[in-house]
Order: sequence, then C-alpha cells, then structure tokens
Amino acid sequence: MAENKQNYSRRFFLKSSAAFTALAVLPASVKAFYLDVERVELPLKQNLSVKISINNKTHELVIDSRKTLLDLLREDLYLTGTKKGCDHGQCGACTVHINGERALSCLTLAVMAQHASVTTIEGLADGEKLHPMQQAFMDCDGFQCGYCTPGQIMSAVACVNEGHTGSVAEIKEFMSGNLCRCGAYNGIVQSIQKVAAG
Amino acid sequence: MKPFYFEKTGTVSEALNKKSENGQYIAGGTNLVDLMKKNITLPDRVIDVTSGLSSSIERVSLGIKIGAMVRNSVMAGNSLIVSAYPLLVKAVLAGASPQIRNMASVGGNLLQRTRCPYFYDTTTPCNKRDKKGGCGAREGLNRMSAIIGQSEQCVAVHPSDLCVGLAALDAIVNVEEKDGKKTKINFKDFHKLPESTPWLDNNLPEGALITSVEVPDNAFNKHYAYIKLRDRDSYAFALVSVAAALDLENGVIKSARLASGGVAHKPWRWYAVEKFLEGKSATSKTFKEAAEIVKEGLQPLSGNAFKVPLLKGAIETALNQCLTP
Repeated sequence: MAENKQNYSRRFFLKSSAAFTALAVLPASVKAFYLDVERVELPLKQNLSVKISINNKTHELVIDSRKTLLDLLREDLYLTGTKKGCDHGQCGACTVHINGERALSCLTLAVMAQHASVTTIEGLADGEKLHPMQQAFMDCDGFQCGYCTPGQIMSAVACVNEGHTGSVAEIKEFMSGNLCRCGAYNGIVQSIQKVAAG
Repeated sequence: MKPFYFEKTGTVSEALNKKSENGQYIAGGTNLVDLMKKNITLPDRVIDVTSGLSSSIERVSLGIKIGAMVRNSVMAGNSLIVSAYPLLVKAVLAGASPQIRNMASVGGNLLQRTRCPYFYDTTTPCNKRDKKGGCGAREGLNRMSAIIGQSEQCVAVHPSDLCVGLAALDAIVNVEEKDGKKTKINFKDFHKLPESTPWLDNNLPEGALITSVEVPDNAFNKHYAYIKLRDRDSYAFALVSVAAALDLENGVIKSARLASGGVAHKPWRWYAVEKFLEGKSATSKTFKEAAEIVKEGLQPLSGNAFKVPLLKGAIETALNQCLTP
C-alpha cells in the first residue's frame, strides 16, 4: 500500500509536471485560437458614441451598435413612457417623433438617430399643462388599459399636424399603425377630432 | 441580435467599397432591423447609406427620377408625383402605416423580403432562408402564397404595393456597382421568379446599390386605380392587389396597364389582358371579359384557390374604377 502510494505519487508528479508545462504554453495559442474564432464567427460588439436630443435635452451616450432607439429611451434614459409592444414594427406602441415626424423607435437603430431631435410622450406636456391631445384622450376615454396610449397619442399628434383629419375614415386610415387591444378606437378617433377642431 | 459593425457612409462609392460579402446596406431599416432581430438576416457589417443616396425627386428627359433615399411618405406627397403618377401615390399609401412610410425608402421598398410565415419563422423549413431547407408553405399553410409563377422550391409572394405601381408604369431601376458601373434595369426584369434559386429575390448584381428609380412620361394620370384586398382594411399585406391604368381617347382604350401584387414572387404584369383591352371601348362589358382572361395560367395551391375569384373581381373593379378615379 505504501509502495503503491509512492509509485502513484511519482506518476502523479510526472503527470502534473507535464500538465503544468502544457498549461504554461497553451494560453497563448488558446487565446489566439479564440481570437480567430471571434473574428470569423463572433464579431466583437461595437460600442459607438451617439449624441441625440431627446425632449429638447441633449444626451451623449456610448451604446452597442445593435441598440434600438426604443431600448435607448427605456433602458439608458429610463424614459419608460414609450412602450415596447411587439418590438417588430407591427403595433405602434413605440411611436415617437424623430425630427418632427412620427416613426417607430423599435425599428430605428439608435446609432442612426445620431444628431436627431426626438420627442417622446414625456416631452409633450408644457410643464404641468398637458398637451391638448393628452387632455382629449382623458376627456374622450381614448384608452382603457393604457399600454398603447403613449404611441397612440404621439401618432395622433402627428395625424393632426399632417392634416389627415378630414373624416372618420381618413383618421382611421392614418391611425392604422397603432393597434389597441382594448378596442378604444372610437374614443381615440373622437380625441383626434376634438383636437383637430381646435 | 448578432453583433455587427456599423458604419455610416457619405457617398455611394464609399458605401459600395465598404460592402462586405455578408454585409447589409441599411436605409429606412423597417425590414432589415426586424430581420436581424429574428436572426433571419445576420450581417457582419451594416452600412448606413442614408447620407450617400439621393433624396430628391426631379424631372429628367425620360420622365421623373426618384432618388433611392426618398422616404415613402415624401414620395406620396410630392407634387410632381401627385400630378404625373397619381397611381403611384395610391399604391404607396396602400402600404404599411404612416410611421413606417415616414421611415422606409423607395430603394428599400424594392428590396424588402417576403412576409411568407415560413420565411419569418426560423423553426420551419424555407428555401429562401436556407438553401436546402425545403418549402413549408407549398404543402402547408399557404393562403397568403402565390397563385402564378411559383416553383417546387418556393411559393412566396413579393409584399410591396409601390412595386406593383412601378411595374405597371414600366419604371427603370438605376443601379451602381463597386467598379463604378452603372446599369439600368427594366422594372419587369428587376424582380425574379423563385425557380430553383428562391433565396434570390431579384436580379440586382451582388453588392450593388439602387441609386434611383425613373418613371417614364405617360398618359396614365387620368384613368387609374389601385385596389388592395387584405385581411383587414389597413396596415396589412395584400392577399391580392391590382394597379390599373388606362389611356382613353373618345371612350376607346389606346393603351392599358395592369399589374398585381400578392399573387407571385414578383409584381405581376398581365400583358395578355393589356393587349386584349387595347383598341376596345372602355365599357364594363369589356372589363368583365378582360378579367376572365386572367384566370388562364393561374395555379392556386391547396389553401389559396379563393384568390382566383378575388383577383378576377379586383381586376374588373379596378378597370371600372379607372373611369371614375
């Protein structure tokens, strides 16, 4: 038993010496191999700096190239008024204004909003005074659960600015990019009519 | 989303030079960003061409030239387009939502991918996504799929509305390649049928950029119609769409244009119907007879035979609407 232990120890010594030697040499090649794999298979994440004006305040951020404007608003700036509904451009919950025009923040790469001027639902009110469209949504019951509402209001403001309020049919057509699961559409149309009438 | 290098380019030649094999150009991003999120398109490099491409609409000797970077909503409101090609205005406004039209470019509209559910769901087979993947739609849920020009490998349809109008009006696609070579591609030859290479949607040379679309002068701004039939009244892709335009003289059809979306892998021109209409009087009887011709050559799949009468009716209605646009 004692002899065996001794033999085992010698073998163990030889094995471990070899392992240590290998470990001393390996890191360089493993690292190089990993870098090769990374270059070919796994592109490095790219961080870019962006300067975006949001609700009249300029923000300078360093962000991943993959980040959407929606995620920048919600996760970096905690402007969670803009909602993530489908995240695929099908529901309109993420609607914001980019340089004065309504757009989907979920399909906008944040790096492409470089130097843009963005307005979100948080930037609509004038201090404590609600935007007329916000007030109209409250007066006309333009929502139920409220999740789609920030997107609906941003789209509704643009709909009025664009002048697409000639008829109920026209309003519906130009608000079709904003879905409401609660079905508050009639109240939304009335809100827009109310603001359009002045 | 897989990581990618983002680069903004200032000119067309800079963009062409920066394009890598797996790279993607980005303009409006309304389709590409979604495809990247769903791991359908996996570019290693994304090249922003928004500054390099033209955003102007101008009169040229042929007709009107629309820069590739012109946003869909800008095009729909442009006075030159409104007066010369109101059919294009109708077509572009039938597509997407106001938000998306504010973002999407004209060049990108031509290059958008199919919305076939099998293409979009990476857990299902699709030859367009994976060259040897097989086609799930052919024997599967295919009510949205093609009824003409499809192949064993692919039954997807092209999703654009604008392209149906551009096909009807014989537009020309201006293309630039890396070596500086500039080519004009007739719209009918721009998109292709799936055949045995369904992963290719069009005949755009590898790495090339669309720089503009030209629409020749025509007399189709008085009698035109665009009809789009879909599962809901707005903000949905077409089951069947029809662009129709007539050039009339004393009630007689001098020339006719007829194209459809939602029926094939490319915007489909009904040349035989156009030929039938020419020289005939513009009456509802003529239009009814014309719509009958369309049925020849249609090969509906297991789940979309309903598109045949739908298409026939849409064509007849569109032609009638041309008389009172």
